[in-house]
Amino acid sequence: MRLEPIANPSLARRLTLPALAIAATILIASLLAMIAGGNPMAVLGQILVGAFGSKFALLETLNRATPLIFTGLAIAVAFRAKLWNIGAEAQLYAGAVVVAVLGTGALQLPAPALLTIMALAAMMAGAFLLLVPALLKTRLGVDEVVTTLLFNFIFLLFVSYLLEGPLKDPMGMGWPKSARLTPEARLPRIVDGLRLHWGFALALIAAAIVWIIDAKTTLGFEMRAVGQNAEAARFAGIPVTKVILKTALLSGGLAALAGFSEVAGLKGSLTLDLSPGFGYTGIVVAMLALLHPLGVVVAALFVAAIFVGADSMSRAIGVPSYLADIMLATALLCMVLAILLTKFRVRRD
Amino acid sequence: MSGVESAQPVLRLQNITKRFGSVTANEAVTFDLAKGEVIALLGENGAGKTTLMNILFGQYTADEGTVTVFGNLLPPGNPRAALDAGVGMVHQHFTLAENLTVWENIVLGAQPLHAPRLRAGAAKAKIRALSEEFQLKVDPDAKIGALTVGERQRVEILKALYRDARILILDEPTAVLTPQETDALFATLRTAINLGLSIVFISHKLHEVMAISNRVLVLRHGKLVAERATLDTDRAELSALMVGAETSAPDLAPATPGAALLTLSDLSTPSIGTAPGLRHANLALRAGQITGLAGVSGNGQAALSDLISGLVTPQSGQFEIAGNTVATWSPRNAIGQGIARIPEDRHKTGTIADFDLTENTILETYATQFSKRGWMNWRKAKAHAESLIETYDVRCSGPDSRIRLLSGGNMQKLILGRVLENAPRIILANQPVRGLDIGAVNYVHGRLAAARDAGAAVLLISEDLDEIMRLSDVIHVISDGRLSPEFARGTMQPEQLGVWMAGDGFEGCDHAA
Repeated sequence: MRLEPIANPSLARRLTLPALAIAATILIASLLAMIAGGNPMAVLGQILVGAFGSKFALLETLNRATPLIFTGLAIAVAFRAKLWNIGAEAQLYAGAVVVAVLGTGALQLPAPALLTIMALAAMMAGAFLLLVPALLKTRLGVDEVVTTLLFNFIFLLFVSYLLEGPLKDPMGMGWPKSARLTPEARLPRIVDGLRLHWGFALALIAAAIVWIIDAKTTLGFEMRAVGQNAEAARFAGIPVTKVILKTALLSGGLAALAGFSEVAGLKGSLTLDLSPGFGYTGIVVAMLALLHPLGVVVAALFVAAIFVGADSMSRAIGVPSYLADIMLATALLCMVLAILLTKFRVRRD
Repeated sequence: MSGVESAQPVLRLQNITKRFGSVTANEAVTFDLAKGEVIALLGENGAGKTTLMNILFGQYTADEGTVTVFGNLLPPGNPRAALDAGVGMVHQHFTLAENLTVWENIVLGAQPLHAPRLRAGAAKAKIRALSEEFQLKVDPDAKIGALTVGERQRVEILKALYRDARILILDEPTAVLTPQETDALFATLRTAINLGLSIVFISHKLHEVMAISNRVLVLRHGKLVAERATLDTDRAELSALMVGAETSAPDLAPATPGAALLTLSDLSTPSIGTAPGLRHANLALRAGQITGLAGVSGNGQAALSDLISGLVTPQSGQFEIAGNTVATWSPRNAIGQGIARIPEDRHKTGTIADFDLTENTILETYATQFSKRGWMNWRKAKAHAESLIETYDVRCSGPDSRIRLLSGGNMQKLILGRVLENAPRIILANQPVRGLDIGAVNYVHGRLAAARDAGAAVLLISEDLDEIMRLSDVIHVISDGRLSPEFARGTMQPEQLGVWMAGDGFEGCDHAA
């Protein structure tokens, strides 16, 4: 058996294979559900119901998808330029810390101004956090995979210190959490009475903007050129180092918006368990989306639905919600295989 | 037995046909190879030479036809069987692991994978014996990464010999070699023939085919169109057979040189790794003139081309463009100064393989011509690509197809179009016809000559002395980073240039020493 490259894969091939990947994921998940003692149809059905079955469930899924859209976009932007940003988790917390500092009374401004300033400041913090590894990469050739990954741990410990020290809520009964944001610093709900905040709308706008940058601007062209062939890009007069640094700023800023929207929108205060690994799951989201900004929205909704649905399924049927993690991993592997098979044909000799 | 064997061909290809989709790469190809014989397989790019050899070596499966080695049918699509039958292939692009040593690369795959340890002593002894016998000088303990291209090729040949190959297939082996290395390779091949090996030599360089082969097979559009004994033919006939018509080199009218557009005076650049930088170079590229740079590869051509491209800045000396001293220097400055680059490596530095033709045509000019305040004008870009495809006769399925699908010649035409459409003042053509077929070569040369007549200053860097002498109005020779004085067209014989290329003749000119 060997792989033979396909020069120009047909549209049918490019659409069928991802669909097959999703089918394979569902099949494998059913098998696992059976092993765990559940009826696969009931388990999958309950996941669907849990994710989309009621107004409450649907809003919960959208809320869960919001930070994943931001981190997924951050990863997609960086990966397209072959800047391997594994540090979206740290950049998310950088944004969250800025919000917790500015939003708890340090700045007294009307809501629109305060929210804008907080969002911009959060983006700057996240951008700065990725700028350092990007500079180390362009100046000294330090591998950004290592630096960004390690930054996650360092920054989480730093947040832990802040929550035990300077940012600790004096009214928090000793819990390591920040003070609650002032009402002006909270992202309002999109519709009164429904538990969905403006962070979700912001995420959709961010995806549209990234898509426009990608397709319509010189920066997008430069980022893709640098990612595909940095040598040729440099030769053609594209300022490669500058493009990598701009990419880093954009990517770090997007990841930080996840932290902004979680604290200002959903939680109202900063805690150490703000993110259950949104920065890492963002990598899965971006890969599932084939690094396409609009695909990121779809992929984030898919991933969020599986998590939210699995939680509810677990409560109703008793099959462990770890099934969600396995489904996600399976989906990713199946998608990677589907991408491979779009580009190559298997030949048996 | 030996009498029977020498009468029987060592290799027989019968009726080989291979199709890729609607394209027929090989059609009913049949030939024999005798013991001790060298067959040259001649043909333009895309004629089906490499496909045919990949079928023989088992990397592709033929749709029809059979391969027989020493009287035994080869199972199709099985490189291991081809290796075991005594077929060794030296690919155009080497297949060596750079972080391993020479002997490790050679035994890789030849020894059982799960042996507790490699038997280094015996392997090295065998390699030393082989390199002695075949005059393939190489240190078995050297790391591949530290070797020159010529040395790496020797390792590839040793790899085949180490596995007791009796038939060697060499795919464009001289494309990457200096003239001296080519001579050494030919000496090795003659030794191999004397020792009873047989060789299939793939090339499109006619003088090499004439020098080394006994028999020439000409492939055109996948079909075997002619077979000649080398003694009964000549280069003119072969090139006519290859392209199906007599080709003509461009007739160059005498140049009318104008002002110097790019001047180097006493200029030096840092050396990079083992590649020398420029040493106190003096050069003037004049408008309306083609300046040829002759020299053996690796003597500072890269330094000069990097300097002009904007990738390297001078260490000392004067660098002027159109009479103005260059202060800040980058690839973007170079493009802004009207310098057009035809890069040496089309795939690595000239194009972006997965970008479509539109994106590749605007790679150098997107910022100035195809965007406004950061917004791309894709409609204009696409129209531009379409007009280039038309004007420069790029064969492709349209501006939206990815450039990796183009043949080398068409890719080069697109690059030519990309830079020439901007009416450049200075053209840096670095090995502009390497790997192209004769039709594309003449096209490229014609375009360069036309650009010269339109008033551009052209610098032609090439290792092919014929190309330099045919096209250049003035010639410099580069050797170890030093530039010879300027020689006018027709005043130098190849032998005299050879003296300079070897580094002699610089006495008295070299102020540095």
